[in-house]
Amino acid sequence: MQKLLAAFDDFGQMLFFGLDTLRWAVRRPFRPNLVLQQMAAIGVGSVFIVSTTAFFSGMVLALQANYAMRQLGAEGYVGGSVAISLARELSPVLTALFVIGRSGSAIATELGTMRVTEQIDAMETMAVNPVQYLVVPRLLAAVMMFPFLTMLFNALGYLGAYLMATYVAEIPEGPLLEHTRTFVNPDDILHGLLKSLIFAAVVAIITCWRGYAATGGARGVGEGTTRAVVVSSISILLVDTAFVLLTVGSGR
Amino acid sequence: MIEVTDLHKSFGANQVLRGVSLRVEKGTTFVILGGSGSGKTVLMKHVIGLLRPDKGSVRVAGVDITGLEGKELTEARRMFGMVFQKSALFDSMTVLENVAFPLREKDRSLSTRDLRERVIAKLKVVDLAENVLPLYPSELSGGMQKRVALARAIIHEPPVVLYDEPTTGLDPITTDYVDEMIVQAKERLGVTSMVISHDIASSFKVADRLAVLYDGAIAAQGTPEEVRRSEHPHVKKFLSLWFEKQ
Repeated sequence: MQKLLAAFDDFGQMLFFGLDTLRWAVRRPFRPNLVLQQMAAIGVGSVFIVSTTAFFSGMVLALQANYAMRQLGAEGYVGGSVAISLARELSPVLTALFVIGRSGSAIATELGTMRVTEQIDAMETMAVNPVQYLVVPRLLAAVMMFPFLTMLFNALGYLGAYLMATYVAEIPEGPLLEHTRTFVNPDDILHGLLKSLIFAAVVAIITCWRGYAATGGARGVGEGTTRAVVVSSISILLVDTAFVLLTVGSGR
Repeated sequence: MIEVTDLHKSFGANQVLRGVSLRVEKGTTFVILGGSGSGKTVLMKHVIGLLRPDKGSVRVAGVDITGLEGKELTEARRMFGMVFQKSALFDSMTVLENVAFPLREKDRSLSTRDLRERVIAKLKVVDLAENVLPLYPSELSGGMQKRVALARAIIHEPPVVLYDEPTTGLDPITTDYVDEMIVQAKERLGVTSMVISHDIASSFKVADRLAVLYDGAIAAQGTPEEVRRSEHPHVKKFLSLWFEKQ
């Protein structure tokens, strides 16, 4: 019971922390340099892992889709089905999960270390708000870079799928591209991008909070980082399900 | 300069401060000496406005900072420079960036050249040369980190410098070096200093006046000599171990 109450208390504090971050985000001074630094760390730094994941996911998706569709004689639909899976679901979710592993853990560790070595307290005594200086740039950078990385995932995922479908599965290029065009609407891509924006905010706030609220020494930072990764990954899956239920519903 | 009156603070059922009153005169060094859990860190956090008391007040240069919020509190905090126990230098920044940080945040129109010159001037005050500017905190010795931390604390020329356990965990030579640094800062800059410590030797060396905090209340207060003669049983016990060694 006590653990449950502590979890609720922590969740409440995190919500306040999130609101505080939004409040500080619209206050002067703005720090574009710090936002750019974080965009490089979260965004540019994740290009390799996101590209690799996207390319390989696209390739295997194409082969699996080909395996299923060929039984119906519908292999021409491979490109379209892969593209729609990527745009609406896989790109935003896998991008978020990989960025959590790569950058979310780094954020929690960095802020956690700053907390336990009193660097955050030091900042506060220097009349600088740590939420505004440390958290706001990370939130803004995540919100700007997640959609970019999701688009990258879309593009490279489809490229991987296209190469596998045409060269290995030997599906004719004409129907492959044609069905992709008829299957995938701009709305599908926007659906994925909108989700990636929400994921960005969720990941940034959770990982920053777990670092910001770290206590103890190196062990506390380690625990904070583990919780940051676990809680933000599960949150992404929950938010995704809720979003799909609300926007697509049962599809009836 | 600093006047603490009847300060009370509890965390849940745990009463940490039970009516602390003290007065720090301008240009002097005041040490708050106490063991672990005596409430000294909590007291210092009240002085700089990081915590709010349940009862009582803290006045710094005539300003009651206990009721301040937002911009007023931010302004009040500029009266302080604080040197943390483990220096708390930003490890992602060089010495130059660390020391310049409070100044850059206070006045964003300052040029890089201006900042650099002022940083070099303050490093000289703490006996550090220009060649440390590009180094990161991890490349400095413990004593040098403390000096950089002091340079950062005084860069905006605050009237008050707070030291949180400045000699904890340091070897005897570095401890001596840090004590010397605190005395010099007072002499060269004329700042009012408040030190919290459990290091008896250092405290008696740097203090003009000191107070012994025990169980959230002041057990003895006065000049080092007056405190040494205190009849309070805890103070006698606390000091006897060290004086016997001498």
